[in-house]
Amino acid sequence: METLLNDFSPGLFAMQIVILLILLFLMKKFAWKPILNSLEERETGIEEALEAAENARKEMQNLTADNERLAKEARAERDAMMKDARDIRDKMISEAKEDAKEVTTKLIENAQASIQQEKQAALAELKKNVAELSIGIAESVIKKELSSKEDQLALVEGILKEVELN
Amino acid sequence: MKIAKKSIKFLTIALVALFSATIFASDLDKKQDNHKDGGEVNTQEEVTAYIQHHLKDSHDFTFFSYTSSEGERKHFGFSLPVILWSSEGLVTFMSSEFHHNDDGHVIVEKNGLKFAKIHSKIYELDNGAATVSFDETHHATNAHKTLDFSITKSVVGILFAAFLMLLWFSKLAKQYKTRKVPKGFGRVLEPLVIYVRDEIARPNIGEKKYKKFMGFLLTVFFFIWILNLLGLTPLGFNVTGQIAVTVALAMFTMVIYLFSGSKDFWAHTLWMPGVPVILRPILAIIELAGFILIKPFSLLVRLFANITAGHFVVMSLIALMVTMKEAFGPVASTGMSLALALFIMVIEILVAFLQAFIFTMLSSLFIGMAVEEHEHH
Amino acid sequence: MYNLIGAGLIVIGGGIGLGQIGGKAMEGIARQPEAAGKIQTAMIIIGALLEGLAFGALILGKA
Repeated sequence: METLLNDFSPGLFAMQIVILLILLFLMKKFAWKPILNSLEERETGIEEALEAAENARKEMQNLTADNERLAKEARAERDAMMKDARDIRDKMISEAKEDAKEVTTKLIENAQASIQQEKQAALAELKKNVAELSIGIAESVIKKELSSKEDQLALVEGILKEVELN
Repeated sequence: MKIAKKSIKFLTIALVALFSATIFASDLDKKQDNHKDGGEVNTQEEVTAYIQHHLKDSHDFTFFSYTSSEGERKHFGFSLPVILWSSEGLVTFMSSEFHHNDDGHVIVEKNGLKFAKIHSKIYELDNGAATVSFDETHHATNAHKTLDFSITKSVVGILFAAFLMLLWFSKLAKQYKTRKVPKGFGRVLEPLVIYVRDEIARPNIGEKKYKKFMGFLLTVFFFIWILNLLGLTPLGFNVTGQIAVTVALAMFTMVIYLFSGSKDFWAHTLWMPGVPVILRPILAIIELAGFILIKPFSLLVRLFANITAGHFVVMSLIALMVTMKEAFGPVASTGMSLALALFIMVIEILVAFLQAFIFTMLSSLFIGMAVEEHEHH
Repeated sequence: MYNLIGAGLIVIGGGIGLGQIGGKAMEGIARQPEAAGKIQTAMIIIGALLEGLAFGALILGKA
């Protein structure tokens, strides 16, 4: 202990304190403050960058999910539209077919009806013509036949006979 | 690379300047009373004296010395200014005036006062005394110590370390202005700064308050480390092995943790809650003694003793080649001392870092104790 | 003379203590390798405290 105290030099002690104080001040001002500040800045910068990257990754994930959903929806919509179109087409075809059938049947019916009518008309004409003709014939026949009395009687008799037969 | 090249250039220039200075400063003084500093070192006692002389601060910077063929003692190095606060006020002169004498036989007269250097300490002779007289235990009887503010070798070392720190770290700080990641030597320094911050300050002081103490912790860490490493170079610094330096460092730590102590800290130190009232004053004394005396003392003694012991062991092992020469022959003793010294030197490089780390670590631990705010359950 | 014996005793005590710290730390690391860093730091701190004690006693006793 004694030699220790003897070795202790107050002058060196004072010099050391003064130099260390100056050194502390200078180092703090010119070295440690800028170094530590920029280290911290860099660290927070790195942290922020990492966070931003993470966020971007998440956003990308969201985006792809959204895209997929949209595509799915579009596909479904397209499918539905296609189906609708097919349905409409089928319906139109069947309707057209039905219409055509109806129209043709109607046409046929009309044709048949008009044919019937024509036939009837033709028949009626024919009947009328036949009746007129027969009346004419009968007239002429009667005119000629009834010129004599016997003939008349004969005829009446003949007709009577016929009537009786009927 | 640029920085490294520049600093190498700088170092070479500095060394050249040093050696050219030595030519002027190296003085050829007569080999008078060479039983202390000078002459060959052969016996165990001489080795011990030599080592003890090295462990002390010195007033001149000697790289090496030898005895020329004419029997003159030559020193290569340069002298440093001596600044004394004597009984008559400030006295300054160059240390070369002592002619490397270390046992009080060379008397320097300045301002009517007489000074002598004994074991690396400068004594002022009492009035009327012409030479220093010693008692049986080799204490000067007619001289007393003066306040010595000389630029000693240790002060040169401190200034050199401070200069290196300012150079390196201000350069590193400047680099951040233009780039995010430093290059060159800054890439070595940056992880060390981060290491001190993340491994020493943060866990021990706490996330909230560590920033205030970073300046001190970083400065002290690099200061001690650089000086420890400088002590391992052949320049022969022994700065962190000077008790005055470690006392100053420990006092800085003590002042910082005493002045930044929280209310809780003082409450727990002076009036410990949860303890019987009778015991509280005793505990207060123990705690106060711990914080004011024991903790700084252990800090300063650890650093001082480790570095001193390291220097002692390395020099003793180097001296093995002298002391063991007769027993094993020159080749074996030299080889043995070389191998052992190399081994211890590697350990000392580790110790140089470890002591800086421990000092900073314990400082931050003590600061952490002082600023901690206890949660009251 | 007695001083030197005392210094020797201090060194023996410190050596035993350091050995204990180192050994226990190794055990702890072997048991929980993931806590190696924390154990190492604690080991160094306690080792340093012990070393300070031993050096303090050595210097007070010898010098």
